Amino acid sequence: MSLNKRTTEAEVVAELRDGMTIGIGGWGSRRKPMSIVREILRSDLMDLNLVSYGGPDVGMLCATGKVRKVVYGFVSLDSIPLEPHFRAARQSGAIEVMELDEGMLQWGLRAAAYRLPFLPCRAGLRSAVMDTNPELRVVTSPYDDGEELVAMPALRLDAALVHANRADLRGNGQYLGRDWYYDDWFCMAADRAFMSCERIVDTGDFLKEGSEQTLKISRMWVDGVVEAPGGARFTSNPPDYQRDEELQREYATTTWEEFGPRWLEMG
Amino acid sequence: MSKPTLAEICVVACAEAWRGDGEIVASPIGTVPTVGARLAALTFEPGLLYTDGDAMVLAEPIPVGAGPDHPRVVEGWLPFGHMFDVVWSGKRHVMMGATQIDRFGNQNISCIGDWAKPKAMLLGHRGSPGNTVNHPTSYWVPNHSPRVFVEKVDHVSGVGYDRAEGLPFHEIRRVVSNKAVLDFETPDHSMRVRSVHPGVGVDEVVAGTGFPLAVPDGVPETRLPTDEELQLIREVLDPKGLRDAEVKE
Repeated sequence: MSLNKRTTEAEVVAELRDGMTIGIGGWGSRRKPMSIVREILRSDLMDLNLVSYGGPDVGMLCATGKVRKVVYGFVSLDSIPLEPHFRAARQSGAIEVMELDEGMLQWGLRAAAYRLPFLPCRAGLRSAVMDTNPELRVVTSPYDDGEELVAMPALRLDAALVHANRADLRGNGQYLGRDWYYDDWFCMAADRAFMSCERIVDTGDFLKEGSEQTLKISRMWVDGVVEAPGGARFTSNPPDYQRDEELQREYATTTWEEFGPRWLEMG
Repeated sequence: MSKPTLAEICVVACAEAWRGDGEIVASPIGTVPTVGARLAALTFEPGLLYTDGDAMVLAEPIPVGAGPDHPRVVEGWLPFGHMFDVVWSGKRHVMMGATQIDRFGNQNISCIGDWAKPKAMLLGHRGSPGNTVNHPTSYWVPNHSPRVFVEKVDHVSGVGYDRAEGLPFHEIRRVVSNKAVLDFETPDHSMRVRSVHPGVGVDEVVAGTGFPLAVPDGVPETRLPTDEELQLIREVLDPKGLRDAEVKE
């Protein structure tokens, strides 16, 4: 085992297999590991099961027919509320779905990270989440309150893909924006986690840019680090860059046949 | 102060939903509810916490739609990475939109039509299932019509009263539309007309609703903004008039 975990998008994708369950970090159209997603689009991978706070990552993988199933609470481009390619895949019945409440998704990741079969929560009770996911079970509190709760099953991932602002070669990840979303839980829930970043820095330089509280991902959860400047574009990754709204608008308003080849050439 | 617009009346009606909530997070979705939440915090409900729409909790309001460079007085940090801690603690009252809402306050924002192959895929349930069973929820409907106010929602994102038996923290507080304020303060928790906006008849509200509404005797008019409220809305909270894009006069 090496403490130099530098790798490339192509090497990461070579580790993935058809039918795998892959968690993708970020949130909507924010800090998505788009350079790794682009490499998946170029690959022969098929039948992927995605777990994501979905944005263009889910949309592009749907547009290219690489998806068997999506586990999500929403799929949105934020400034453009509806994700066109995800919508098309849903409306044609091309994909299976496990649609959850947003809070249930991170709860399932936590259960997986803690190696528990499930964690109890109220979210989901009595809603269509229970109607449309018959595999979800309700449990009764064993204590005097006897409350009914959802047993949110662990969402174990074969692989997690996340994007950080900075990382070191050892696999530690730093977040300089205002929100880490649930990237840490995606990594902890996964058998293998791969982190792209804007810049690989010397470990000793981390604290020059942010406090120790920005060191959100520990190397013990990370198997590979990819240096990918601009790797989240067109999604946002502050403070390095905001969302490229113009490019996103183009993505959302043109066909994939038109946009896709250009997108693949951008990285 | 010139006459209040419909959008301004709606802002105040939204603000009223948070009256009495104290020190909890007001989470408004949409322009009119956002202006409303900040107005409530500036006037009659000073304990409310609210964010810049992103991760920062603000101690002083900023205009709706202000860019990332607008100065902020930040009193706290509430990233998405912590949001469900707050939701599940109960210290929150959200005002969400609704593509469909029914007589008992079930809300749908997921999709329209058959689940396996929907006619129109929308957002997905987002946080609605968890919000509605953990803390008070209100709705903002800028286009009151039978297409929104339906007899039965296609899919239940937000849980209504007819499904809520035994849920300890379920409360649907208000529905504010461009025509009226509605609530569920009836014996069976079916939707009731609480007030109609000035110039709107009760008949118009009933006709715009796809299920029988409870209509008490002598439905009052929605209260008008005070001069102080109008000034805050126009000069401090929404000087660019973004509220007008959400409500047709």
